[in-house]
Amino acid sequence: MKLLVCVSKTPDTTAKISFNADHSEFNEEGIQFIMNPYDEWYALVRAIELKEAAGGTVTLINIGPASNDQIIRKGLAIGADDAVRIDCQPKSSLFVAKQIAEFAKEGGYDMVFCGKETIDYNGSEVGGMVAEYLGQPFISYATEMTLDGTTATIKRDIEGGKETIEVATPFVLSAAKGLAEQRIPNMRGIMQARRKQIDVRQPVAFDDLSTVVSYEMPPAKAECKMIDPDNMTELVRLLHEEAKVI
Amino acid sequence: MSVLVFAESTGGALKKAAFEAVTYGYKTAQVLGTDCVALTLGEVENPGQLGTYGASKVLTASDLTLNDFDGQVYTDVIGQVAEQIGATVVILMHSSTGKSLVGRLSARLNAGSAPGVNTLPTNDGAFRVKKNVFSGKAIAQVEISSPVKVLSVMGNSFQPETVGAEVSAEGVSVNVPARKVTVKEVNRVKGTVPLPEAELVVSAGRGMKGPENWAIIEEMAEILGAATACSRPVADTHWRPHHEHVGQTGVAIRPNLYFAIGISGAIQHLAGVNNSKVIVVINKDPEAPFFKAADYGICADLFDVVPKLNQALKDFYSNN
Ligand SMILES: Cc1cc2nc3c(=O)[nH]c(=O)nc-3n(C[C@H](O)[C@H](O)[C@H](O)COP(=O)(O)OP(=O)(O)OC[C@H]3O[C@@H](n4cnc5c(N)ncnc54)[C@H](O)[C@@H]3O)c2cc1C
Ligand SMILES: Nc1ncnc2c1ncn2[C@@H]1O[C@H](COP(=O)(O)O)[C@@H](O)[C@H]1O
Repeated sequence: MKLLVCVSKTPDTTAKISFNADHSEFNEEGIQFIMNPYDEWYALVRAIELKEAAGGTVTLINIGPASNDQIIRKGLAIGADDAVRIDCQPKSSLFVAKQIAEFAKEGGYDMVFCGKETIDYNGSEVGGMVAEYLGQPFISYATEMTLDGTTATIKRDIEGGKETIEVATPFVLSAAKGLAEQRIPNMRGIMQARRKQIDVRQPVAFDDLSTVVSYEMPPAKAECKMIDPDNMTELVRLLHEEAKVI
Repeated sequence: MSVLVFAESTGGALKKAAFEAVTYGYKTAQVLGTDCVALTLGEVENPGQLGTYGASKVLTASDLTLNDFDGQVYTDVIGQVAEQIGATVVILMHSSTGKSLVGRLSARLNAGSAPGVNTLPTNDGAFRVKKNVFSGKAIAQVEISSPVKVLSVMGNSFQPETVGAEVSAEGVSVNVPARKVTVKEVNRVKGTVPLPEAELVVSAGRGMKGPENWAIIEEMAEILGAATACSRPVADTHWRPHHEHVGQTGVAIRPNLYFAIGISGAIQHLAGVNNSKVIVVINKDPEAPFFKAADYGICADLFDVVPKLNQALKDFYSNN
């Protein structure tokens, strides 16, 4: 079984967000970067579990600059077999998806795993785009998955509930909480990862159709109004008359 | 040239967010000087009502196989309709269905996309929309340069407005491709308001001490007609079901009113709720970080204050 896992890099959630002087770019200085949690905890681990159960290979792919190698190494330490990095500074989801799809086409993967979204831009787009370029089904927000031969049974999150579906390989899936349990890389994994190669390739040409042109901070929130705990009638009045939400 | 809105339905009924999306589509069409066309898929009751929210035309693809969601099939059908009517902007809801389609459709139509937008596009020579990024810690302005654009609208950013009259829906002829995904089972939580669509949400955290104490929270939700939610440790320890977990790793919501009761306000929790219009925090610790994100705060023991609040709410609703 050949499995491809798309991993991305995001700022740590506790990172303080700032921008350059003209607000056109995110300021990376002093930011601690991590592997996107959905990619690391759920997508990658479920792929490794499938490999452990049925044999095969887990390949990582990242579209990004050389500084992303640290994230890729972590993925290799957790248990991926090999990795490819498409060397560039991506500016749009379609560009990223195009690169992934071009690589995936060549490899003939049984499944492509993505995270449900990147926690910085919260796009939730790349998986569906890759699937469209590959002409394959895309199963989003998978929280459980079992495989029987070439048929997968997948539970996925939908509005206010869950849906169970069946689909045959090949397909693209996006991973949500529940799909697997986070694994911490052990010493042996870290040592082995050092010997694994990261295949660095050049991107295929593709024009960005949408880009972020500027950033701003959300408007500052007004001071919190403290209410006397013995006067809940006052809170109800404010919610009705001032905030107009009840 | 026109704006196409895919209006989602569940079990044959249009969703409230579909009315929001149509109102957004109507306003976008005004900005661009064109008209707004709505599309429904599968069997849908009274699609013509979308006219009242601003669709000048309602198209229906009512093939029965479209009753169940399949992202590949939906994308293809929406793509065909977009091409037939020469849509320049295709609008989806930022729901789990919409989010599953936005990327796919943009690849299908070779269109730049912006998922989760909360402003109308500019029309000053460039097409720009805004969306929240970094878990609501910043706002990004996205510019789309392709002739066709795909957007998904963040829920609760635009309220449905009655701007027109009902229209009679027209069937649209499309090729429905064979589906590769079989839906085996759909389980929706019954009897309660689905959390992602709720306008009022009552949420509680570890301050509740244990699952046996949740009656006061459920009572409050019932008085308000609100959905219930919880922090992650509460779901992880099975005090409450997982679908109630809000935050960065759980559901992101944007209700009009969010009650945070016995929740500290960790950044990962705030990431999923800080776009709520009004936040009320009940916490006994005056230093709890949640107060910084709150509009109204009550610094007190929740076990004293929630019953009092429930009584005040009951009084309010019996007089109004
Ligand atoms: C990568 C990552 C992702 C995460 N994702 C999420 C997420 O999606 N959602 C989420 O919620 N968390 C998430 N967390 C966890 C988050 O960091 C916090 O640990 C969690 O939100 C704390 O939950 P809590 O506020 O219920 O509990 P606590 O932090 O224990 O807070 C309990 C609060 O209750 C108050 N309290 C106690 N007793 C009373 C009383 N009698 N009356 C009034 N107030 C009282 C206390 O003062 C305290 O403020 C994540 C963490 C990480 C590292
Ligand atoms: N630069 C990237 N390189 C590899 N995979 C990516 C990249 N960006 C996004 N992805 C994958 O696509 C998923 C969804 O990303 P997004 O559409 O940006 O929310 C992520 O969880 C990753 O699995």
